[in-house]
Amino acid sequence: MNIFKYFGDIFGALKSLWGGMRVTGYYFVRPGKIVTQKYPENRKKLEMFERFKGEVIMIHDSNNQHTCTGCGICEINCPNGSIEIISNKITNAEGKSERIIDKHIYHLSMCTFCGLCIKTCPSKAIVWGQEFEHAVFDRQKLTKVLNHSDSSLKKETKKEIKEA
Amino acid sequence: MNFSIYDFTSFTKWIDNALNSSMSPGWAILVELVIIGIVFIAFYAVIGLYLVLAERKVCALIQNRLGPNRVGPIGMFQTIADLIKLLMKELIEIKHADKFLFNLAPFIVIIASFMAIAALPFAKGLHAIDLNIGIFYLFAVSSLGVIGILLSGWSSNSKYSLIGAIRSGAQVVSYELSVGLALLSVVIFSGTMQLSGIVESQANGWWIIKGHIPAIISFLIFLVASTAETNRGPFDLAEAESELTAGFHTEYSGIKFAFFFLAEYMNMFIVAAIAATVFLGGWMPFHIQGWEGMNNVMDYIPPFIWFFGKTIFVILVMMWFKWTFPRLRIDQLLTLEWKYLLPINLMNIVLIAFIVLMGWYIK
Repeated sequence: MNIFKYFGDIFGALKSLWGGMRVTGYYFVRPGKIVTQKYPENRKKLEMFERFKGEVIMIHDSNNQHTCTGCGICEINCPNGSIEIISNKITNAEGKSERIIDKHIYHLSMCTFCGLCIKTCPSKAIVWGQEFEHAVFDRQKLTKVLNHSDSSLKKETKKEIKEA
Repeated sequence: MNFSIYDFTSFTKWIDNALNSSMSPGWAILVELVIIGIVFIAFYAVIGLYLVLAERKVCALIQNRLGPNRVGPIGMFQTIADLIKLLMKELIEIKHADKFLFNLAPFIVIIASFMAIAALPFAKGLHAIDLNIGIFYLFAVSSLGVIGILLSGWSSNSKYSLIGAIRSGAQVVSYELSVGLALLSVVIFSGTMQLSGIVESQANGWWIIKGHIPAIISFLIFLVASTAETNRGPFDLAEAESELTAGFHTEYSGIKFAFFFLAEYMNMFIVAAIAATVFLGGWMPFHIQGWEGMNNVMDYIPPFIWFFGKTIFVILVMMWFKWTFPRLRIDQLLTLEWKYLLPINLMNIVLIAFIVLMGWYIK
């Protein structure tokens, strides 16, 4: 065994071990870096992160309007059938037949939070909500209707959707 | 130098005389043994519980977590709650285990650590027993614990226990050498094996300062080797949760498991206390020769504060590298000992003998 390699190994090892200990020592003396949240105590001012996947929600504006056209792409893309869309045909003011959603049903109990529905939604109608306290005493409550009652479709040009 | 204000010799002598005057010498010794036993059991309970808590807190801080914070202020009583839980758990009987050895093993492990703690000087005169071969005695009893570990692995009749015990055996037998040789370096410096004598020899400076480079090398080797000897991370492959579930104590439950757990943490305390006593001056205050004013101020700090302060420092360093480094493989572990630590240690001993012969250290 080469004697220089032997001592080189020892000093190299000491140097790299010290490098590791510096990192852990840095965090040890800085309690300000702690990321743990004290959850039930800070429930009032708890802020979730933007990318957090709590549940699927549908955006409604102040006029109780959403952008869901009832195309059913989310329903097709859902891998385990958590989404059901019940749509209606109505005749609009110009006399043309038009499809609108009656109920956008979301089964939270079956959702795996993969996000395929949100990724594929062409009109950006559904997004991730930040709510995460989903515990209920009746599992029927986990089946949610995402569109509010008496809501209507917001007429938008395609450009507006892309900008949004 | 004036240590008389914190000298416990007269206090222990007074208890001894009082007992001897009121009963026959045989009974007096028995009563003394009982008193010391109770003191150490209480000490074990407190230190063991709070070392576990300290480990969990240190680990949490290093990993940017909070650690235990629900039971009591900042989780102060978490480990007490854990102990109550362990006491109330069922002691599971293994069908094909060797019952006698299975039940004996935890006691061997914990008795070995009790025997080691008896020799430690906590302050001047505060000694359970001051052997004139204290260091030698510590080598002897610190390797007894591995018998308990091997027995527990064998008698459990489980592959995980057996693999863990065999690994632990290989590990302790190897690293025993490095621990012994690292401590011998200070025996050469101080010229005595008596622990109180070693502490007294550090009145004008600790050996890690007086012995300069070779003493620092010995100290580092002692830290590594004693961590391995107590089966702590990064050398915890005798337990290795991720591969052996819990190694040699897989089959134990309830208070028997708690004994192994307590013994592990007490062994950590003991090796840290040995490191503090031998290299960092034990209960001896920090003295610099010639600076009489500062030395006198240091003398007013009680010796057990010095002792526990140094021990806690060493424990923190051991926890620090436990939570930094990944676990070694068994061949890496043996390579580290036989190819690196042992040759360096032997060379270091020769170097120290030469330095002591020429008088090239701070006297």
